[in-house]
Amino acid sequence: MTSHTPSAAAPAHRPDWLWHLGVAAFVLAWWLLYQRLLAIAEWLTALLPVDRHSHAGEAIAFFLYDVPKVMMLLTLIVFVMGVVRSYFSPEKTRALLSGRREGLGNVMSAGLGVLTPFCSCSAVPLFIGFVSAGVPLGVTFSFLIAAPMVNEVALVLLFGLVGWQVAATYLAFGLALAIIAGFVIGKLQLEGWLQDWVREIQSGAAAPVLPEGETPSLPDRYRLGIEAVREIFGRVWMWILLGIALGALIHGYVPEALMVRIMGAEAWWSVPAAVVMGIPMYTNAAGVIPIVEALIGKGAALGTVLAFMMSVIALSLPEMIILRQVLTLRLIAVFIAVVGSGILAVGVLFNLLF
Amino acid sequence: MTSVTVYGPGCKRCETTARMVSEAAAKLGIEVEIEKVTDARAIAMAGVISTPGLAVDGRLVHAGGLPDPAKLEGWLAA
Repeated sequence: MTSHTPSAAAPAHRPDWLWHLGVAAFVLAWWLLYQRLLAIAEWLTALLPVDRHSHAGEAIAFFLYDVPKVMMLLTLIVFVMGVVRSYFSPEKTRALLSGRREGLGNVMSAGLGVLTPFCSCSAVPLFIGFVSAGVPLGVTFSFLIAAPMVNEVALVLLFGLVGWQVAATYLAFGLALAIIAGFVIGKLQLEGWLQDWVREIQSGAAAPVLPEGETPSLPDRYRLGIEAVREIFGRVWMWILLGIALGALIHGYVPEALMVRIMGAEAWWSVPAAVVMGIPMYTNAAGVIPIVEALIGKGAALGTVLAFMMSVIALSLPEMIILRQVLTLRLIAVFIAVVGSGILAVGVLFNLLF
Repeated sequence: MTSVTVYGPGCKRCETTARMVSEAAAKLGIEVEIEKVTDARAIAMAGVISTPGLAVDGRLVHAGGLPDPAKLEGWLAA
C-alpha cells in the first residue's frame, strides 16, 4: 500500500502497524479522560477560594469544564474529518458536479461541500474553476453556502456545549438551506450577472488538470488528520477561549429575565434583528457558539440564536468582498436576499416548532 | 535554473509553501526562481481551484494544502 519514491524515504518513517496502534491508543486515552472531565473541573473549582454557588464560582466551574471538553471534542472530530476529507478533493468534487442538473446537483453539491477540504481563501479560484468546468451556477452556490456553514467546528461546539439535538438540527437545516438557496439562485438564471471576465473564462478553453497523484496510504491520511488539528487549533483556540470566557460571564452574571425579554420567542422582531446583526459580524463558529450556548441557557429562543449563528457564519461581509471579484453587486444582493430569507425562515420555523 | 510558481491569494499557507520551496531548493543545491501569483483570475486561469497551488517549470504539480516535503524535493530534482 505504501509506495515511496527513493527520495521520499523519510528518516522518521514508522511502520503502518505502529500508526494504527498509536491512533487506537490515542482514542482510548481520549475516551478515558473525557469521562472524567466534569469531576476534574469540580475538583479544580473546589481548590479555588470562591464559593461554588456564587456568581464567580458558577462562571469558573463553567469555564473549567467547557474549555477542556470543547478542546478534546474538537481534537477528535477534526482529526477524523481530516482523514475523511483526504478521500475528497476540490478537483474530484468538480468532476462529480460538472454538468449536473439542478435539483440532484444541489443536493450532491451541499453534501460534498461538507466533505471536501475548503478554505475560504480559495473561494474565488474555486468558484471560477467550478463554473468554467460546467458546474451550474446554482449548484456552485450550494457548495459555497454549505462548505463554510456546515463545518465540523460548528457542529462540535454545538454538540459539546448545547446538545446533540441542536447540532443535528443545525446540520439538517444548514444542508437544506444550502440546497434550496442554490436551487433558487439556479432557477433565477443569473449567469449574466457574473463579472464579464468570469464569463469569458467560462466560454474559453478548459483549464489544465492536475496530474493524478498516487493514492495516499492510511498513515498518510492520519498525518493529514493531524495537520488539520494543528491548523484548526492554531486558528481557533483563542476564539474558543474568548467565547467560552464571555459565555461563562453571561452564565454567571446576566439575569435571565433580561435575556428572555430581548431574545425570547415572544418578540416577533427578534429573528430578523438577529439575521441583520449577524451580517457585518465576522467570526468563525468557534467564537460565536460558546456565546450561543450561554444565551440559550439564559432563555433566549433557540430559533433566534440559530438564525444569528447562521447569519454570522454564512453571510459575512469579508466573504462578500472576496466574492465581489467574481460576482456583480446585483448578484451579491440576490445571494444575500435568498440566503437571508432562508435563515429567517429557519429561525421563525424553529421558534414555532419548539 | 528551475522556475517555481506558487499560486495563492497570499494566505499563510501560501507563504509557508513558498518558504518550503526555497528551503528544499537550498537543501538540494538547486537554484530556483520563485514567482508568486496572487491574482484570483490568474490563479483560476492556471487551473488551480484549491490553493496553494504549485507549478514547477510551468507544469502544475500540486494544489490544496501544504505540499509533502519529500514529494516537493522530488518535483524540484526532476
